[in-house]
Amino acid sequence: MTDGTRTRMPALHKELLRIAIFAVGVALLLNVLDSGVALNFVMMALYAALLAQAWNILGGYGGQFSFGHALFFGTGAYVQAIAQIDGGLNPWLAMPLGVLASAGVGVFVGALSFRYGLKGSYFALVTLAFAEVFRIVALSVPFTGAGVGLMVPLREGFGNMQFGSRRGFALMVLGLVVLALLVTCWLRHSRFGAYLQAVRDNEDAARAAGVNPFRIKLGAIALSGGFMGAGGAFYVQAFQYIDPGIAYGAHTSVEALVGAIVGGMGTLWGPLIGALALHVLADLTRNLFGQLPGINMVIYGVVLVLMILFAPRGLGGLGRSVRELWKGRTK
Amino acid sequence: MTDLFILFPSILNGLTTGAVYALIALGLTLIYGVLHIINFAHGAALMLALYGVYWLKEAAGIDPYLALPIMVPAMFMLGYGLQRGVINRASHGKDENILLVTLGLSIVMENLALLFFKSDTRTIETAYTLTTVPIDIGFAQAMIALPKLVAFGGALVASVVLILIVGRTDLGRAIRAVAKEKHGAKLMGIDVEHVYAMSFGIGLACLGAAACFLLPAYYVNPQVGNGFVLVAFTIVVLGGMGSFSGALLGGLLIGVVESLGGLLLGESLGQIGIFLLFIAVLLFRPQGLFGAKA
Amino acid sequence: MSAALMTLTGVSRSFGGLKAVQDVSLAVPQGSLTALIGPNGAGKTTLFALMSGFLIPDSGRIEFDGQDITGRAPDLNARQGLARTFQIVQPFAAQTVRENIAVGAHLHEPRRVAALAAAEAVAQRVGLAAQLDKPAADLTVAGRKRLELARALATQPKLLLLDEVLAGLNPQEIGDMIPVVRGIAQSGVTVLMIEHVMQAVMNLAEHVWVLAQGQLIAQGSPAEVTSDAAVIEAYLGHGTAAKLRRQAAAAAAAGDVA
Repeated sequence: MTDGTRTRMPALHKELLRIAIFAVGVALLLNVLDSGVALNFVMMALYAALLAQAWNILGGYGGQFSFGHALFFGTGAYVQAIAQIDGGLNPWLAMPLGVLASAGVGVFVGALSFRYGLKGSYFALVTLAFAEVFRIVALSVPFTGAGVGLMVPLREGFGNMQFGSRRGFALMVLGLVVLALLVTCWLRHSRFGAYLQAVRDNEDAARAAGVNPFRIKLGAIALSGGFMGAGGAFYVQAFQYIDPGIAYGAHTSVEALVGAIVGGMGTLWGPLIGALALHVLADLTRNLFGQLPGINMVIYGVVLVLMILFAPRGLGGLGRSVRELWKGRTK
Repeated sequence: MTDLFILFPSILNGLTTGAVYALIALGLTLIYGVLHIINFAHGAALMLALYGVYWLKEAAGIDPYLALPIMVPAMFMLGYGLQRGVINRASHGKDENILLVTLGLSIVMENLALLFFKSDTRTIETAYTLTTVPIDIGFAQAMIALPKLVAFGGALVASVVLILIVGRTDLGRAIRAVAKEKHGAKLMGIDVEHVYAMSFGIGLACLGAAACFLLPAYYVNPQVGNGFVLVAFTIVVLGGMGSFSGALLGGLLIGVVESLGGLLLGESLGQIGIFLLFIAVLLFRPQGLFGAKA
Repeated sequence: MSAALMTLTGVSRSFGGLKAVQDVSLAVPQGSLTALIGPNGAGKTTLFALMSGFLIPDSGRIEFDGQDITGRAPDLNARQGLARTFQIVQPFAAQTVRENIAVGAHLHEPRRVAALAAAEAVAQRVGLAAQLDKPAADLTVAGRKRLELARALATQPKLLLLDEVLAGLNPQEIGDMIPVVRGIAQSGVTVLMIEHVMQAVMNLAEHVWVLAQGQLIAQGSPAEVTSDAAVIEAYLGHGTAAKLRRQAAAAAAAGDVA
């Protein structure tokens, strides 16, 4: 009999079932909740989760840490805004455009970076630099509204992707989160995902087994960028506003990576758990200390440092360690 | 000849800024060369140092240049403590953890500053802030602000001191040993943890000095670190990771490029130029102009 | 000797001033079990890297299965049926044994469940069935060597390049591994192994090439090669050849384990 200390990864159908339960559960919750505050809380938590899940695809499963993930967020956001304002496009049509654009930017940056073998710190630096370049461009160019930003005019209605209450937006972002969960689940049970993790764990060994690391990494960054772009497009719809600081700024980049790391990189539920935990923490802080500028980020930074110090596998990893300890004791 | 006349002040300004860039980059180079980590917290640490100098002036009336003997040791101790207490422990042997921890530290530092000092940009007033000095090289003249000249001189002196420390002292020898061959150095009886922390401390001490030279001619706000960190990285990569002479020359070069770029293309596009140069160097020549392959 | 599955013609590779591989020509016969031996630093692993596409030769030609594969990327070569293991084992540490092998299996099996099943079958072949759900990081050296072998095997190679698959194993483990390698060769896979463990070379190899300082200095049957004066000198050691002949006689007397 095996004395494996690691339980087998849950089968595909089990994970799909859990995702289904989650989707239905949260949808029901959203239908039951009435207060704007509560609905907004859930919406923002799900939004943070979406960003974290997007980062997790490239960072957790792909092993490529991007410190400038806002690059894709901002692209999706600006395309969503500009397509509506200047192009008169319906937001439901603009969103796939935004997703494609951000995935495209991902492919561009990825093609350059991976073609020249950038990894680790260098890759993180390059993503940071690209995000900064885009931010400065957005700040200077008129069609992005420059420093003032862009406002999407209020035109309520389902057909216009502007829902009357937060509930509609929360359901929409829930849909995106569930989609991200499904894609992540696919990564865990597919050849592409197996190849991606192989490249992450040992690129040479992967090449010897017939994997083309360049193509795999490009696929990952496109997926990751696409989801970030969806997050950006969502932001524009929910807040009807975007500016260079929000679009391409450090805050967005950090929010994406901290959630995934705190929750557990390379896991299915980690980013969700991490984003939720951080969101609750930020909310608590706001209630305790008021709306202090920067306090959120200080918390994120401190939590990040503490996590790396004491629980580098994230909360999910902590959970797994506790389970293993328990198993060991009951043997 | 007329072109040079217009460009000359810009070039001079670029050189003075470049010298300070070089000092910043040297600290980063030392940290990378010895610990082999990219210190994402370097810009935030500079920002903290700038606030330190600012506060010493506003609260205690200490002139920035006189604050050197305070700032340099203070930043050194901060660096030593951070490396020994946090970064070292967080690595767990994996490089990616260090990446994330320095990022985390930079986030904490930057936003603590935001919390305490708010986002306003602050400057200091000294007796010599507005003094200018004429420079005449025959076919071109320019008026350079005195603080910038002092910054130029001071940064160069500090850089030379740093290079001498690493090249000529026992500590420097230990640093170079650990940088080249960590395990061998350990077997020789060198306390590697201590050397790591010393290197990080010295790297941050450079920032303390740079801040003293920078503030009289510049300003401080919580975001100022971001601008410097990417420029510093550009210099380090351009100069060749781990090459002191590369960082020094690279710093001066970048300073001039930024100045000329700003003059010819405007502020924003000038900045973008630096970042694009950075990306280009990372992609096409990561060993930089002087360094060996990283 | 049957037709050559892989042919090297005048392959050379230098690193700066160091000539790692100099003008090496050899032909690996189809269906054979052969060995590449030589003192440390002779350039054997470099030769494997050149063959599998991890390094590009400065000059010369490499042909595999009728095609010129000089300078072709490793993953393309793997797809053509050229697999290699690494001298310093390279597992996907965070993944289980099953998942590790599945990466290799996926080369010919796009479906996840089927690939995992194929991985299980390969694990049986190399004796790793009991550890299928263990994380690769938990395996012993011997286990990791088998894992390395299994992953390469899962790609269904025509030619398997084994780089010191017995290094770091104790005599018991070596005795266990030799039949596995023989079994692979008997199943139709052409095997070329780099080995220092002479017991294995004498036991398994039909033909041996000797590399020293980047050059091919001898080739032939194990007995021929180990009595070659040049080879003995390359290895440094008076009486090494005699010692080896005694070892081979003892192994033959004890009979094959398989």
